[in-house]
Amino acid sequence: MRVLVAMSGGVDSSVAAALLAADGHDVVGATLKLWGGPSDSGCCSVADVDDARRVAQQLGIAHHVLNLVDDFTDDVVVPYVASHAAGLTPNPCIECNRHIKFDRLLTRARRMGFDRLATGHHARVACEGGRYVLRRGADGAKDQSYVLSMLGQRELADVWFPVGHLTKAAVRAQASRLGLRTAAKPDSQDVCFIHGAEGRQGFLRRRLELHPAAVVDACTGTKLGEVEAVELVTVGQRRGITVAGERRYAVSVDVPGRRVEVAPLAQSLADRVVLEPSSMTWTDGALPDGARAIAQVSAHGRPVPCMLHVRRATGDGSAREVVCRFDEPQRPVAPGQTVALYHAADPDAVAGAGIVAPATAGRRR
Amino acid sequence: MAPFAREVFGHASGSHRQARAARQALEEARDQVAALVGAAPGEIVFTSGGTEADNLAVFGVASAAARAREGSAAVLVASAIEHEAVLGPCRVAAARLAGVDHVRAGVDAAGVIDLDRLAELLDPDVALVSVMLANNEVGTVQPLTAVVPLVRALAPAAVVHTDAVQAAPWLELATAAAGADLVSISAHKLGGPKGAGALVVRGDTVLDPILVGGGQERDRRGGTHDVAGAVGLAAALAVSAAEREEESLRVAALRDRLADGIVAAVPSVTEAADRKHVLPGHCHLCFEGVDRQELVLLLDEAGVCVSGGAACASGALEASHVLCAMGVPANVANGAIRFSLGYTSSAADVERALAVVPEAVARLRA
Repeated sequence: MRVLVAMSGGVDSSVAAALLAADGHDVVGATLKLWGGPSDSGCCSVADVDDARRVAQQLGIAHHVLNLVDDFTDDVVVPYVASHAAGLTPNPCIECNRHIKFDRLLTRARRMGFDRLATGHHARVACEGGRYVLRRGADGAKDQSYVLSMLGQRELADVWFPVGHLTKAAVRAQASRLGLRTAAKPDSQDVCFIHGAEGRQGFLRRRLELHPAAVVDACTGTKLGEVEAVELVTVGQRRGITVAGERRYAVSVDVPGRRVEVAPLAQSLADRVVLEPSSMTWTDGALPDGARAIAQVSAHGRPVPCMLHVRRATGDGSAREVVCRFDEPQRPVAPGQTVALYHAADPDAVAGAGIVAPATAGRRR
Repeated sequence: MAPFAREVFGHASGSHRQARAARQALEEARDQVAALVGAAPGEIVFTSGGTEADNLAVFGVASAAARAREGSAAVLVASAIEHEAVLGPCRVAAARLAGVDHVRAGVDAAGVIDLDRLAELLDPDVALVSVMLANNEVGTVQPLTAVVPLVRALAPAAVVHTDAVQAAPWLELATAAAGADLVSISAHKLGGPKGAGALVVRGDTVLDPILVGGGQERDRRGGTHDVAGAVGLAAALAVSAAEREEESLRVAALRDRLADGIVAAVPSVTEAADRKHVLPGHCHLCFEGVDRQELVLLLDEAGVCVSGGAACASGALEASHVLCAMGVPANVANGAIRFSLGYTSSAADVERALAVVPEAVARLRA
């Protein structure tokens, strides 16, 4: 097979390329240049491109750098800033996978005649009865199925995750055996286009106007304090909220109203999360109303049993409301975050995903 | 040049016999380079390549002008299609030095400097005018012989610099660059070693060094001489000069065969520049509706090595400032590919390219 491997300059994609080359595939490595700003660091910086190029040399495969800076800006960075401006908590890694790696890059790979696009993600794709199933990676601690949960049959048919069946330790051991310079490289952390020194706040401050807001008791409406930037408050967090005494957790963020509601942990818990109907994606067909499922609400969050409620329009049958009701109350999930759904009967298999709606209903018990 | 990397390892600035041997090789190279570019030996400053030569020209003149003018205006004028090794130093010099400013002189749609617009930018405040002898992306030869009198008349204080890196294999610098005060050349474009070049500094052109150290190159470029590099540059220039006429005709014919063949076989292809102004080794084509990054990759797989334009530090292609200056629309510029031909190119290479380019383009347009 002719395979294009997306090489980030990290150890996982290095080993992914190595495994494919060892299997005798016709492998070409490509590193995406995604961000050219002054915060160029972390994933896909010049240093990472150098590492990817060096690994490709060691493996004896061709390596190219594809400039997708404009696409990344339009599809990931601009929406990221806009989401924060609206008081949402976006997940840019998921949007990058959705729009850049598994749309723009996959389209390019197909156009260039590659049979498959491979990445170093820790997840597995299986073909069962002619349908593609996306499963958690073999290393539970490094599983990345959450950030791939938006993939459908069309994408899964053409992608490979060669390290998905390996543990991270095995990946590093393989890289060491091959003498790859990425063998001991730390895992990427945080948002790749935000420089550690300036942080999320510094990054957003230069791109949107941040506003102070009142911190209010969710039950009594009593003002408890202030935050510097309402746009940076995430539902569920307590950091950054100055309230004396008992720990309080943000339960709602109202940017236009300059208001953050907080509650003690017990009262902040939610028994459900409302998903944006238009954001729903399904790995292989929609789960029906009343289906049991397992929800994961963050990259390494604990899987939570739940039931899905889908109210459909009478006309075209499109989903009008999608609610994920947890068996046990959970810390609230911030609007803008992605909820990945797994099959109740096959808990390693992704069923679909949706983005938490900026709704107020059903937030608390 | 190999002996000067091994047996003759003396430091050319020393005084023992090994050093003298190295110095002799260096000075022979200097004499040779000087004769081939039409300069006096003392006017040759060896550098680490074209980028350093350009940097020395821009920073050297800007710094000397800023000192002499004590903060009053010193303007650096560069054509809009200069190499980043000229445009970058212009920007940085303007940012770092008090009184120094920089402007870009536009080009016409064919990629040739617009002399009327250049004339409008020239006045006694201008300290440097930098116009390349031929452009590296689209290959257009610039009318330096018309630029020089214009500068002398309108900006009498200005130093004229020409980046002749791209033109050196094809034009006789002794005549083509005769009017310029500063001329940059690089060995690797002549088939010589990478990392060797020179700046011709004519007569009493005032220039501050950017590398300060042991006072080498008459205080214009400190640092131990790269004797092997200088010898390599001289040898490459000599070979290239000896074969220039014949090679120009041969390569231009290959280029015409390639360009005509592709234009005939592939729809919606345009040549960015008018071929009568273009160096023999340049075949610059814009494949409308094709992404050049993808075409470079496919052609590479098919064994045809082409360039999609200038790359940034990571190796990712950047939008071309040259095509932008020529007013080429973005969707056309995005499909721009440079096929470079030179002394190693053969008719078989051209046939190979003609065999694979139409199919690759068709696939990417499908």
